[in-house]
Amino acid sequence: MFNRRCIIAAAVLCAAALAAPAHAQDKSIVVASTTSTQDSGLFEYLLPIFKQKTGITVKVVALGTGQALDVGRRGDADVVFVHAKEQEEKFLAEGHGVKRFPVMYNDFVLIGPMDDPAGVKGMKDAARAFRAIKDKQADFISRGDRSGTHSAELKLWKIAGIDIAKERGPWYKEIGQGMGAALNTAQADNAYVLSDRGTWIHFKNKGNLAILVEGDKRMFNQYGVMLVNPAKHPNVKKELGQEFIDWLVSPEGQKAIANYKINGQQLFFPDADDPNA
Amino acid sequence: MTDNASALQLLLSGDPELFAIVRLSLQVSLSAVLFATLIGLPTGAFLALVRFAGREPIIVVLNALMGLPPVVAGLAIFLLLSRSGPLGGLGLLFTPQAMVVAQTLLVTPIIAALARQTIEDLWVEYRDELAAMDVGPLRRIATLIWDARFSLVTALLAGWGRAAAEVGAIIIVGGNIQGFTRTMTTAIALETSKGDLPLAIGLGMILMSIVILINALAWLARRAGERYAG
Repeated sequence: MFNRRCIIAAAVLCAAALAAPAHAQDKSIVVASTTSTQDSGLFEYLLPIFKQKTGITVKVVALGTGQALDVGRRGDADVVFVHAKEQEEKFLAEGHGVKRFPVMYNDFVLIGPMDDPAGVKGMKDAARAFRAIKDKQADFISRGDRSGTHSAELKLWKIAGIDIAKERGPWYKEIGQGMGAALNTAQADNAYVLSDRGTWIHFKNKGNLAILVEGDKRMFNQYGVMLVNPAKHPNVKKELGQEFIDWLVSPEGQKAIANYKINGQQLFFPDADDPNA
Repeated sequence: MTDNASALQLLLSGDPELFAIVRLSLQVSLSAVLFATLIGLPTGAFLALVRFAGREPIIVVLNALMGLPPVVAGLAIFLLLSRSGPLGGLGLLFTPQAMVVAQTLLVTPIIAALARQTIEDLWVEYRDELAAMDVGPLRRIATLIWDARFSLVTALLAGWGRAAAEVGAIIIVGGNIQGFTRTMTTAIALETSKGDLPLAIGLGMILMSIVILINALAWLARRAGERYAG
């Protein structure tokens, strides 16, 4: 009869469906991190080295810094690895993190169309460049997603003496997406955009965009790593998570970070030994 | 996946990561369709055959839920499975199982609503016959589902199409973790954000090919089944 056949088929499918995703989840941690560390290819390079040494699988969920910290706040990650010092300190103050370790830095660069309608090319003062963009009402793409890059951009507007929430116009577009999506939008719109250098170097759809402003110290981009507080979130795998953090800031981990290069260019500069970072 | 390789090269060279992604996409979407079928078919049949107060509003809501935005389904399941949510103790967030749950939520209304319509249409045709046979309701439901099986396959394919195509729900509850919860659609989203548009479009073409292949297989199975059934 048909129903017996159906039942057998359903049971087989059911067993297959249940068995399939049941991976061995022996030693693994979840790290909430930022799109820049993923889109720049850093994790694809670092994690296999770490896994070979310790046997720990690191599962990276790449979000904006604000979102990544929220995932930590909910207890859905063991470690957060982000780049917005003020937001990280707030996270610690709320008791969600144990301790912040500086890991590395790269820098932000102002990307824009090669024909440079705001005339900012070669400026060494990022604030002046931002003022020029605003004065010319040149198209500007903002991440608008509470990411570390978004925070840095807002800080630069402030330094430039511009209250962007009030003085913005149609030239200023918040897209609410990751770094790569912002670069794709800027490429299509002939617009300016602030990017971290790592994502920019790794980005393949550069089109007519180029780095126009770089080297201003205020465009520094510091990364920090924190264990999510096990006292607050008892499911946190504190030993494995701490092992990952310890490795990142160890001489070996720091060397691996420095060794990550694309086309001979170093993307991240380790600075775990700098207490002020 | 290595840089500077086209999707076709990856496919031809048997790139293990690409195959793992394809396999996970199929596992998650087909599991979701299976569970959605187990829930949706009986629900649809019940709504088709049993008259009760509030039935019509339920049908309207069910039809509307066919348009449930994946990102809303994803967010709801995220909040449910988060460590701070009601089912946080299961530790399912950012796993393939969570993706199956989210897609089951998306696919069940599609299968239930289409099955309801199909079976109800058939019921109108069979009513007198089944009434004359004097069989119980469960037997009626089984008979109608069996006789509507070829049309119901289309409902399952529609449900599977939804699951295979969506990215909004699984990227939220799965997290797009490399080697663990990365599927075809989340990989396409990621490669797009890295600006590797050729690889993204290549992956998209592979996904489309798989969808066409599975639909062709379903079509052949249906043809064979119809011949066999006379």
